[in-house]
Amino acid sequence: MKVLIPSALHSYTQGSRAVASGSTLDEVLVDLDRQYPGIRFRMIDEQQQLRRHMRIFVNGVSAHALSQTMRPDDEVVIVQALSGG
Amino acid sequence: MTTTALLVATRKGAWIFRSDARRTSWAVDGPHFLGHIISHLVLDPRDKTTLLAAAKTGHLGPTIFRSTDWGHTWQEAAQPPAFAKAAEGETGRAVDHTFWLTPAHGNEPDVWYAGTSPQGLFRSADGGVTWAGLSSVNDNPQFREWMGSEKDGTPDGPKLHSIIVDPRDPGHLYFGMSGGGVHESLDGGQTWQLLIKGMEVVEGFGFDAANPAFHDPHCLRLCPGNPDRLYQQNHCGIYRLDRPSASWVRIGRNMPEEVGDIGFTMTLHPRDDMTAWVLPMDGTAVWPRTSPDGKPAVYATHDGGETWQRSDAGMPKEQAWWTVKRQAMCCDSHDPVGLYFGTTSGELWMSRDEGLNWQCIARHLPEIYAVEAVVP
Repeated sequence: MKVLIPSALHSYTQGSRAVASGSTLDEVLVDLDRQYPGIRFRMIDEQQQLRRHMRIFVNGVSAHALSQTMRPDDEVVIVQALSGG
Repeated sequence: MTTTALLVATRKGAWIFRSDARRTSWAVDGPHFLGHIISHLVLDPRDKTTLLAAAKTGHLGPTIFRSTDWGHTWQEAAQPPAFAKAAEGETGRAVDHTFWLTPAHGNEPDVWYAGTSPQGLFRSADGGVTWAGLSSVNDNPQFREWMGSEKDGTPDGPKLHSIIVDPRDPGHLYFGMSGGGVHESLDGGQTWQLLIKGMEVVEGFGFDAANPAFHDPHCLRLCPGNPDRLYQQNHCGIYRLDRPSASWVRIGRNMPEEVGDIGFTMTLHPRDDMTAWVLPMDGTAVWPRTSPDGKPAVYATHDGGETWQRSDAGMPKEQAWWTVKRQAMCCDSHDPVGLYFGTTSGELWMSRDEGLNWQCIARHLPEIYAVEAVVP
């Protein structure tokens, strides 16, 4: 599925678009990390929580759980939320 | 020829300043990692080539970057410091940022230690590529009690810092926790002993000085010229410890009363174990943590803290409300020693004559978190 990458993570993907697969959102992020080592830990902490200023939208709806089921035609948008100056 | 390099870590990136042979002109290299919060940038003294940078951004989680070519290229750690995953139903901790980096003993090439916020102690055995937590600290219920909650630390998170390796013994370690006291290990970090005797706590609240949770050692330093002598800038004063004694002595009582002995940072002469420098901060009333009365100064002792001399030639004489953080003052190993500090207002200052005269060598940098001087 298509994954839109925020600018803060372009150092990993070398661009704003990536393709990853998985039956859950967590699997999609694991697949991203397989392709771009280190990218997942910048978004998800060691307790498997989305970091405070990161948001992930699936088909335009904010995702609240990494266990969320995914379909191959879903679109994932990773967003860096406001974090101050 | 570069004689000294300053590794400057800031809230918005890192810079490297390189001096000429006389330390009179400085060439700037940077920014590295513009926009990243760099808590510490450290050179490996064992190979004088490898740099480690403790980094995060406002959005992204913490990591370690590593360079083996003096910052021309950087590689990210494959496994940055991270706490163990909590058991189901329990609340685990997540590293917010790595705060402190210390290369290990000369006989342990590629070994590094890292201190984090919230407080954790980590070790790498491969030059900073992968990191593992020391369970003796991170998973120890007693340590967790002393660490307290995130409310018990400094404004941007409680910190494990000042990791020190005895140059005579790779297994002899010290570290400090803000808050949580000073701790010592004689077996490479498998077990730890408290080292807080003599340290005072904030008065007037009935705090028990025997409880490490009430202690906030801001900066510990071990004398390069005498590993049996340590100094400490604490939330509650300046101290000295002469081993094998386990009792700190508050040498800050000898500071001028109107200046006090509160501050964050401290640096020690590379050869003379009786000479140290501090940079006092206002610790009165609501704890401004700025230069007392807006008149910044370094204070030097040359007799182990018996007496202190003000050192401010070249600094602003008034209306300079500097804050200098615990990692932001250091010295080089030249003779005479060069002294350096960076302010939270982004100024980098130096003295090439052991504090007799000061000059600003950079302005308009972001908030400076750490300054390390190295002689390549």
